[in-house]
Amino acid sequence: MKLHTVTTAAAAALVLSLTAVGCGSDDGDDTSSASVVGTGSGDEKITIGIKFDQPGIGLKTPDGKYTGFDVDVATYVAKQLGHEPGDIVWKEAKSADRETLLQRGDVDFIAASYSITPEREKKVDFAGPYLLAHQDVLIRADDDTIKKPEDLNNKKLCSVTGSTSAQNVKDKIAPKAQLQEYGGYSECLTGLENKVIDALTTDDSILAGYAAQPEFEGKFKLGGFKLSNENYGIGVEKGSELKAQINTALQKMVKDGSWDAAVEKNFGPADYKNEPAPKIGVVVN
Amino acid sequence: MFDFLEGYDLLAAFWVTVQLTLYSAVGSLIWGTLLAAMRVSPVPLMRGFGTGYVNIVRNIPLTVVIVFTSLGLFQTLGVTLGADDFTTINFRLAVLGLTVYTSSFVCEALRAGINTVPVGQTEAARAIGLNFPQVLMLIVLPQAFRSVVGPLASVLIALTKNTTVAAAIGVAEAAALMRVMIENEAQLILISAIFAFGFICLTLPTGLFLGWVSKKVSVRR
Repeated sequence: MKLHTVTTAAAAALVLSLTAVGCGSDDGDDTSSASVVGTGSGDEKITIGIKFDQPGIGLKTPDGKYTGFDVDVATYVAKQLGHEPGDIVWKEAKSADRETLLQRGDVDFIAASYSITPEREKKVDFAGPYLLAHQDVLIRADDDTIKKPEDLNNKKLCSVTGSTSAQNVKDKIAPKAQLQEYGGYSECLTGLENKVIDALTTDDSILAGYAAQPEFEGKFKLGGFKLSNENYGIGVEKGSELKAQINTALQKMVKDGSWDAAVEKNFGPADYKNEPAPKIGVVVN
Repeated sequence: MFDFLEGYDLLAAFWVTVQLTLYSAVGSLIWGTLLAAMRVSPVPLMRGFGTGYVNIVRNIPLTVVIVFTSLGLFQTLGVTLGADDFTTINFRLAVLGLTVYTSSFVCEALRAGINTVPVGQTEAARAIGLNFPQVLMLIVLPQAFRSVVGPLASVLIALTKNTTVAAAIGVAEAAALMRVMIENEAQLILISAIFAFGFICLTLPTGLFLGWVSKKVSVRR
């Protein structure tokens, strides 16, 4: 399935470009469409966009269940908005589709390792942030040649085509490193195991999710470098009143300890040193 | 409206696409012709190999072929094709994968062309004492090629668009840059439209030119 992402993304991009034109994205009428689905209570359905392919963050398991930190946060928030876990419809939100999904109203909110950036804030609103992640590297557990970010020069790094992490490596962190880009992180992990690749780089939360998978436990370790700040936010439609409600829910989640429990549950086995829960509305650059 | 294009080298990305297309086109034309020769040859073993190759390769999704060249050949078996940095290795692996895949379509197009050459031509050639390679190279293939310029143009256009799959193993061509731009700029529709337009600029003239060539060289019977 994952091998098809390139072709499907290209196809989807074109289809979306054709369909989305008809909808328009006039800021004025956005709130009305959001309130139809957003503010309901009781047993109404709520649609939430998550990643389906990132262990520890948002993963659809073969038996049709959903696991990960984003899933736990989204479930908690949905409950605070008055939706039981059974009323949640999970929808896959691939990185490139996220803004379109929100603008078209296909999902009520998105929690899919969605970093808050100025470009995205022009298109959608963000509640949160609910997690402060950093770009980091995943290396083989027995590799002791990489101790600081400078050691990455002349090493072979791997990341996902087009991702911000890959661009960061080329531009800033280790310009002399060789970079292999693949369609997904799983391909990088094969290379890391085979020693063709020395380090896999992306957000530490995603890396922790992979390292915590049962088949990889003990094989890889996190470098512990804070190469960038990624503020994960919950994306909502521009001007939606859901933003305030979600912020309240997130504050409550941190207060009653559910946030710490979710971090421990999803990233615990990877020995991941998480940042304390970020303050709502404070984006760390 | 288009200020987000600043800082991206679209031409360089499309140049890589063009290079991928040209190298793979030459490669698959040669290998596809050899395959077609095998499929019509009098040696059963060669016929069997040609038939098996075409039927297996053209039924495997291209993404699987391309990813296999990287994960299987490079990472696991250590095949580097004589290069030592990732950029060159990936480019060569992508050309290899595209050639392996596209040549099966070239072979089938060419075989259809061979069937348009009247049997009398082959019989006459054999009657004057030509052997099989001579019959094929002097009599049949020259006529076959002239009748399949149109179908081969379709294969070439498909190949141009198929090069986008090389982004899956990190070749910095147009589709890879498109992903970078979508990731950074949150302008899905505009960016996709620009890249779609870029591909039309590449393929439309190709199609028109080869259509004209096809009319020029076709064998009138």
